[in-house]
Amino acid sequence: MTVVVGCGAGFSGDRTDAAGPLVEALLHYDAPRALMFETLGERTLAAAQLARLQDPSRGVEPLLEAFLAPVLGDCLRNAITVLGNFGAANPEAAGDQVAAMAQRAGVKDARIAVIQGDDVRQQIHSLDWQPWEGEHRELPDSNDVVAANVYLGADALVEALAQEAQVVVTGRVADPALALAPLRYHHGWARDDWDRIAAGTLAGHLIECGAQVTGGYFADPGVKDVQGMHCLGYPIVEVERDGSLIVTKPPGTGGLVTEQTVKEQLLYEIHDPAGYVTPDVVVDLTGVEVRQVGRDRVSVKGVRGHPAPDRLKTTVSFLDGYQGEAEISYAGPNAMARAKLAQDTLQRRLATRCPADMRTRFDVIGISSVFDGDAAVWRDSPGSSSEDIRLRLAVEHKQRAVVELATQELLALYCCGPAAGGGVRRHLNRRLKTASYLVRRQDVTPSVSIRNGS
Amino acid sequence: MSRERRSLYHFAHARAGDKGDRLNLAVFVYKDEHYRWLLDQVTEEGVYQLFAHRGVTGVKRYPMPNLAGINLVLEDVLQGGVNGSLNLDGHGKTLSSLLLSMTVESPVSR
Repeated sequence: MTVVVGCGAGFSGDRTDAAGPLVEALLHYDAPRALMFETLGERTLAAAQLARLQDPSRGVEPLLEAFLAPVLGDCLRNAITVLGNFGAANPEAAGDQVAAMAQRAGVKDARIAVIQGDDVRQQIHSLDWQPWEGEHRELPDSNDVVAANVYLGADALVEALAQEAQVVVTGRVADPALALAPLRYHHGWARDDWDRIAAGTLAGHLIECGAQVTGGYFADPGVKDVQGMHCLGYPIVEVERDGSLIVTKPPGTGGLVTEQTVKEQLLYEIHDPAGYVTPDVVVDLTGVEVRQVGRDRVSVKGVRGHPAPDRLKTTVSFLDGYQGEAEISYAGPNAMARAKLAQDTLQRRLATRCPADMRTRFDVIGISSVFDGDAAVWRDSPGSSSEDIRLRLAVEHKQRAVVELATQELLALYCCGPAAGGGVRRHLNRRLKTASYLVRRQDVTPSVSIRNGS
Repeated sequence: MSRERRSLYHFAHARAGDKGDRLNLAVFVYKDEHYRWLLDQVTEEGVYQLFAHRGVTGVKRYPMPNLAGINLVLEDVLQGGVNGSLNLDGHGKTLSSLLLSMTVESPVSR
């Protein structure tokens, strides 16, 4: 038996019309099928928690309706299970929204499961915290913490499916769990059948970023060409009971599925390929074989699994000062020299007007920006011949007033700076930072609640 | 006789991914037979030098012969990561292109 899972969104800002062609393709499979939406980045969840703090009815993925409404009716009527972490900071409210959408789609008694238990902000003092391996920061002061969410595994989602949920709404879960759950449920894989759990996790990993495996984030004209980027097909995995799988996409859509696109996504955000840690299994990719088996069909097999970890990764988001950005353009003859003069002038002003503990960075956009470190080692690189340059200042400080003053100094270049500067833009944001820790699995208790219609 | 020096871009493709202040760069040669050459050219030390200006504190290379590629994990290279960096590209998504700009000795053609 084959189980088929599609992915209709790979991040919170993804295309909102991608799921339609996916559902159409899923309808043609005579097999259990599911549609997942992954919309919850580290940053997205923190922003959602802030929204909920301001208004208890908010904190749901803002594009939930845009992603789901176009396909929900078809999914409910055709036994395509929907799983999404679009519950963000408020899965219960998201469940309400999905129920209302189902009503509007003409389905009265949709079974909607809401998974909770990932939000541990109230337990911050009672949990046993260890830093995640890449983390250097101490656990932030609990007064500054706006979100603390554990990456849950697939267990609660599988339980929801066993209770015949048609839609599963979650907050923070490991992204691949959204695909692993229906695979585990339909294939009847045991919780500790590690190689199979690894295969299901890999299936989810390959599709969780949506088009990133079907030609998105891949094209490089003349080198890696992609047709139909305006209508990319989003991914589908066909997974066999033994764990072997095929990545493909809906017929008639843009993009492509090749060994190259699959390999790039296979290692995306992976550290040690022999030990990719998820809540459900530790995945070993070192024996994976990737083979093109047809047009837009790539087979992936040979993944191994090791027992799931005792601790679960938890992302903590905390408020930490303010960031300001301001930019000004210089163009035409001698543009680079004028931009440099503007930077020198600003640096002298900031040195006397702002405290020494303000973090500061300059970019010369059009010459050198994103490759640079904050220390601007590369900025005097050769090839500075552009005549259309944007000088960018970025600052960070605990105090809002300091950040405002610094960016206002760039604004003042209109009258006090070099000749013919223009197009100033300024932004100021509260800084929402994240840090990652590990908590004991036994201290985390996921829950499933099912509602029948609204 | 010294071999021609070109950028890695001509022989490999890459994708960057971030988690916190850590960056991974997955690099794959276009031709499987260039895999050994990739291991010779893209060393931990070479990558460390390329990213030294970003404050990198460590580079670990994971060879993946089954994929004709390598996975590079760079520590502390994002200067605060997506939520903490002052860089326009806090994710470090563009840094796969920085890696591909690395100068290498062209592979010996057969």
